[in-house]
Amino acid sequence: MRKFETMTGKVVPMDRPNVDTDAIIPKQYLKSIKRTGFGVTLFDDWRYLDPGEPGMDHGKRRENPDFVLNQPRYRGGQILLARKNFGCGSSREHAVWALDDYGIRVVIAPSFADIFFNNSFKSGLLPIVLPEDVVDRLFQETFASEGYALTVDLEAQTVVTPSGQAYAFEVDEFRKYCLLNGFDDIGLTLRHADEIRAYEARRAREAPWLFN
Amino acid sequence: MSGQTTGGKTLYDKIWNAHVVRSEPDGTALIYIDRQLVHEVTSPQAFEGLRMAGRKPWRTAAVLAVPDHNVPTTDRSQGIADPVSREQVETLDANCQAFGITEFRMNDIRQGIVHVIGPEAGFTLPGTTIVCGDSHTSTHGAFGALAFGIGTSEVEHVLATQCLLQKKSKSMLVEVRGRVGPGVTAKDIVLAIIGEIGTAGGTGYAIEFGGEAIRALSMEGRMTVCNMAIEAGARAGMVAVDETTVEYVQGRPYTPTGDMWDQAVAAWFDLRSDDDARFDRVVTIDAVAIRPQVTWGTSPEMVLPVDARVPDPAQEKDEVKANGMRRALEYMGLKPGMAISDIAVDKVFIGSCTNSRIEDLRAAAAVVKGRKKAGNVKLAMVVPGSGLVKQQAEQEGLDRIFLEAGFEWREPGCSMCLAMNADRLEPGERCASTSNRNFEGRQGQGGRTHLVSPAMAAAAGVAGHFIDVCDLK
Repeated sequence: MRKFETMTGKVVPMDRPNVDTDAIIPKQYLKSIKRTGFGVTLFDDWRYLDPGEPGMDHGKRRENPDFVLNQPRYRGGQILLARKNFGCGSSREHAVWALDDYGIRVVIAPSFADIFFNNSFKSGLLPIVLPEDVVDRLFQETFASEGYALTVDLEAQTVVTPSGQAYAFEVDEFRKYCLLNGFDDIGLTLRHADEIRAYEARRAREAPWLFN
Repeated sequence: MSGQTTGGKTLYDKIWNAHVVRSEPDGTALIYIDRQLVHEVTSPQAFEGLRMAGRKPWRTAAVLAVPDHNVPTTDRSQGIADPVSREQVETLDANCQAFGITEFRMNDIRQGIVHVIGPEAGFTLPGTTIVCGDSHTSTHGAFGALAFGIGTSEVEHVLATQCLLQKKSKSMLVEVRGRVGPGVTAKDIVLAIIGEIGTAGGTGYAIEFGGEAIRALSMEGRMTVCNMAIEAGARAGMVAVDETTVEYVQGRPYTPTGDMWDQAVAAWFDLRSDDDARFDRVVTIDAVAIRPQVTWGTSPEMVLPVDARVPDPAQEKDEVKANGMRRALEYMGLKPGMAISDIAVDKVFIGSCTNSRIEDLRAAAAVVKGRKKAGNVKLAMVVPGSGLVKQQAEQEGLDRIFLEAGFEWREPGCSMCLAMNADRLEPGERCASTSNRNFEGRQGQGGRTHLVSPAMAAAAGVAGHFIDVCDLK
């Protein structure tokens, strides 16, 4: 996994609550057996005016000029600012891969759906929870100044505005450690293979019907 | 701290405690996974990851695979027409073969929706931890199991280690008191719960569903309720074990037998929350007050009784919420104040991991029997949850009832719940659907989904518009 380094990125305001993973990456693209290439169809139904299918030349499709990612001032942003319950619905990790492939490194919201939140850490995308009033303020500042960018420091656990205002955020120690070092979870877990085997031996005595 | 209890234990505490392999200082635990279900959409990258790292599955006997999202629901003798869908299903077949994993292939009678076939095969057992790269894995919690959806990276993690890194969730009890009235089903109960607590109400929680109305449900009904726990934001929903659970589990292909069965059943009866267990949140719902439900918007929390009227955003004080309502009404093509029962439907979909089991098909057939599909309904399709459900329904003659009424009788799969195969809504089409999500574009770009119970979907199919199933003439 890619290490998360301190970054400063342009903010893209996604001003609606309950953005679901079906909207982030529609079902027809889940037929891919790869992990990459989803960025061009991120938010497909909202981003393009014509219906999209896998295998199309997406560069030739008609963009919806009203959609936030298509507005010149927000294009190429790396920090997605969102409303509550971001990433709800389907467990598809393709939603994280699509954001990542587009170039989004951080999503800031007042709350996230559990599965999306969890999936994010696995691909080096950092989901940050900030209080609703702070998120509101960030939305206003983003709308007010073109090119508005935030600096995210995972080590210090802060989001810093252009004026120098720093907002602290929480992150689990273990997740922070994995993200900062780019550690592969599986490798870490396999260091405890003996404990897993010991657990299985104990469990097989207590609940033998599960080990038939 | 959340989830820690002194004294009595919740059902969630009991299953959690029995599965902790080790804990990190920050509370992150390595928990053991007893069962993993695999389907074609969220697994290819996980198998690829194993291959790239030169790893093997930890315990293949704990894994069961099935293709369900991409499979056609029409004639399968020619295989899958869409080359991209076909490649994904063939990739699953090849991966299962290469790694030695049991798979119910497309033309196997046991094939079906992953959350239907697990319980049906007895692969889903009480007291187990069950995961799948699918958010509706919560379904299996109906068996007094801890079951939840995971992403593809975690699918790979479980394949490689049989474990997952997790933090314990908070606990919520949703108690549905009393008995429901006529025409009110498990689907109406869970939609009413979601309407009450909201789509994020259960975020961060594992929900236990209890109370007389839940106890009175069959296993099929409990699966419907737990299935939609995720639509309330909770990764896991569960119901305590009782006689109904044990009766359902007994005698299935992967169920223990003989002495092992007796030993298992004795252990399973402890799978309920202690009387003095404390929950982080308790929600009580009065079953008698629940009416047949219909969603009107683009989030499952946008739900109302069938005799209600479409709400008016102008009456909503919260501006973010009012904007959401306006957007939803525009997408759904509805006007504030119109009666739900005046909404006409173009299509009817009876199926999905929420409502495609035998009891669901019986309920729909009972409504359809002796009636005809309304003229304005272009398509009414019934998609059984598995080949075995289909076979059983045919033995009971349900297929003939549907066909005589002008409904289509299809092959099993996820179908139009998410429209990854050829079954989908066209832009602007309105559907009475027994599935679980009414998100924008879920059943096809521009499609408009109203979530209802199987009986209510059948009633809409014969009336041409939503109608209280009890009022059907």
